Amino acid sequence: MTTSPKTRNFRIDFKTAGPAIALLILCVIGFLLNPAFISEGNITNLLTRSAFIGIIAVGATFVITAGGIDLSVGSMAAVIAGVMIIVMNGAVDTFGTGVTTVLIGCGCSIILGLGAGWVNGVLTTKGKIEAFIVTLGTMGIYRSLVTYFADGGTLSLNYDIRGTYRPVYYDSFFGLPIPVWVFIVVAICGWLLLNRTAFGRYCTAIGSNESVAQYSAIKVDRIKTLTFVIQGLCVSLATIIYVPRLGSASSSTGVLWELEAIAAVIIGGTVLKGGYGRIGGTILGALILTTIGNILNFTDMISNYLNGTMQGLIIIVAVWLQRGEWGRTKHKTE
Amino acid sequence: MPDGQAITTPVLAADGISKSFGSVPVLFSVSMDIRAGEVHALIGENGAGKSTLMKILSGFHQPTSGHILLDGQKFELPPNGETEKLGVVLIHQELNLAEQMTVEENVFLGREIRRRGVLDRKAMREIVQGYLSDIGLSISPGDRISDLSIAEKQMVEIVKAISRDARVLIMDEPTAALTEAETELFFAQIRQLKAKGVAIVFVSHKLSEVKEISDRVTVLRDGQWIATQKAADLTPDAMAQMMVGRELADLYPPINEVDVDAERVLEVQNLLAPGVEGVSFYLKKGEVLGFSGLIGSGRTAVFEAICGLRPIDGGEIRVDGVPTRFKSVAAARDAGIVYLTKDRKEKGLLLGQKMTPNLTLFALPRFVRNFSIDRKAETEALDRAIRRFDIRARDPNVDVGDMSGGNQQKLLLAKVMECDPRILIIDEPTRGIDVGTKQQIYHFIAAIAAEGVSVVVISSEMPEVIGVSHRVAVMREGQITGILSGDHINENEIVRYAAGLKRED
Repeated sequence: MTTSPKTRNFRIDFKTAGPAIALLILCVIGFLLNPAFISEGNITNLLTRSAFIGIIAVGATFVITAGGIDLSVGSMAAVIAGVMIIVMNGAVDTFGTGVTTVLIGCGCSIILGLGAGWVNGVLTTKGKIEAFIVTLGTMGIYRSLVTYFADGGTLSLNYDIRGTYRPVYYDSFFGLPIPVWVFIVVAICGWLLLNRTAFGRYCTAIGSNESVAQYSAIKVDRIKTLTFVIQGLCVSLATIIYVPRLGSASSSTGVLWELEAIAAVIIGGTVLKGGYGRIGGTILGALILTTIGNILNFTDMISNYLNGTMQGLIIIVAVWLQRGEWGRTKHKTE
Repeated sequence: MPDGQAITTPVLAADGISKSFGSVPVLFSVSMDIRAGEVHALIGENGAGKSTLMKILSGFHQPTSGHILLDGQKFELPPNGETEKLGVVLIHQELNLAEQMTVEENVFLGREIRRRGVLDRKAMREIVQGYLSDIGLSISPGDRISDLSIAEKQMVEIVKAISRDARVLIMDEPTAALTEAETELFFAQIRQLKAKGVAIVFVSHKLSEVKEISDRVTVLRDGQWIATQKAADLTPDAMAQMMVGRELADLYPPINEVDVDAERVLEVQNLLAPGVEGVSFYLKKGEVLGFSGLIGSGRTAVFEAICGLRPIDGGEIRVDGVPTRFKSVAAARDAGIVYLTKDRKEKGLLLGQKMTPNLTLFALPRFVRNFSIDRKAETEALDRAIRRFDIRARDPNVDVGDMSGGNQQKLLLAKVMECDPRILIIDEPTRGIDVGTKQQIYHFIAAIAAEGVSVVVISSEMPEVIGVSHRVAVMREGQITGILSGDHINENEIVRYAAGLKRED
């Protein structure tokens, strides 16, 4: 009896630190395989590449913590990128190729993101359709819309605007690329929102037990819709820093991002069925996923084509470890 | 009935059973024998060890010491419900049916009749139909479980047990969720089974029912065997006395009279809502108003409608004389009206979370400073609540789901009191908690009312409603049939109004 609380604390600590330990181990492996892994250039590159999935995954943490799921984020990013490019190209005649046009594009992206998230949220709450079904539907719709806008090909951003917009992806600020700064800001805001505000507490409560939340004077529908809106906002931010990277959008933009985002959330320790969310874990999860790909690029031991295999294994192992923990607690309460 | 023979070899017997969970002893050398063709009631307070004993008798738990005799032979019962094969079936309180499957599929689940590898639906259907007509149940084998009433589901469980040639049927509070008419139907089935020689063990808190249906009664208290007696020799009062083991006179606090001219804080006129058909009543400041009636009579529906949890179809609600209709629980809360659910585990508390987030969840806007939650204030609130409501947890970081029912209930009360309500509605304040905690809860209610808060107590336990209320409203089929006060508050009167034998105009 006397030893059990001690072991329990230890277990929880281990669980919280799990993703960090995993990332550390990956980095050591990366360094051993190729010391260039920890070069400044590679680290910067790694962080920049994590930014897209990371930002989207911060939004996904809210949706999943509140008991939902959003499968539409990849397609949403693609269609927002497509519309942004169309709008900016169209604005060239009136506003030129300067900052104004880029700002119009960004504003457009944010409005679209908020709107798309709101649609997912309202269909889920007011329409009383499972989030899985709703977002499976919107995923298909957005994906086909971008294909339609691009007429089956690629939408390309006007070459001059590309020049104006380029720094958003390629420039650095205090030694860190701008996407990384955006990632950091989103992560901090997300962490504060989930851990320090009533809204975050409500998300957790809804994900744990919706009835309890309802009886506790929580406006369940409103909070759930808001989680989808936050997800939409995160997607639009990710798209804003993604577009200048290639300056184009096509039907293959953002493919499988939704699964990577969900994977990052789950690896980070957030519970898929809701009620427990960790922004810090999500960020580590996103970094882990990108690091695996990066390491495989650095070594010939495992083919780069097996990137998906490695990611898949990591996801399964992470959830398996979680399951052990949660299964244990659940058994105790019964 | 070959009486002598049955007595010499009980079908199933517990002999000096003790059971501990970890270092916590739950049963102390309990013995009980069950004879063919008898109904044996097992009664005791919550925590007396009834459930544990039932689970040991059906093999779900293994005893720490002592043994089980099956047909007079020492026997180690197999775990996980495999005792069904031996004819010993436990019917859980939470029924164990696959909701989306049909009656027939449920009855044959796991031992389907096959012909050449394919399900022989026709044969199974005929057999189930046979059982159903046997017990006079007007459902079809093809009905989906989710479409049946709770009573019918219970019957399906029984059919399932019979179809497995059950010799001993152990039932955990089978009548808890049944209406009076359903209970009668249920008892008729029990008598039939009894006539066929099936032994039936059942747990119930409704002592008058115990008196009516059972042949023998075994009483447990604090894990000890107290007595096994013929039901005919016992009155419900005597049973209660044996269960509690002391006089219960001081269970309820003294009631302070309400000011005669205290203002009416809540007035409801002709309220119409799903399950509520024209309810009118008023509530005075500092008053405790009891709501009695049978399960399903619409008591919960009335207050869930008032608090914005259900749509309202018509009628008027006046708070402090001002007509109001709350669109959400939050709006009701902000007006000082709070509803404490009877469903502690499903609607009341987040079982996987700690005490603090549970405590402050309802009144969370009060804990927000500069857009963020004031954690220091939360900790202080928890300290206050623990002191005020005497919440006993091993440590403050325990998951709420691991706390005892009594402490959970205290936490739930503390949770709604956190927003300083003016009107407190408590639905089943003491469901599933032991008598000591009950007494504390009654005193909390009296103290809260003495501070000037108006309290509504909805309860199915009549002594409780009588013990704590100034006035008692009795409901039947969505309507208030009478509002009793003073000397008219007694079990007799309440039962008559609840059963529809009497009604005020």
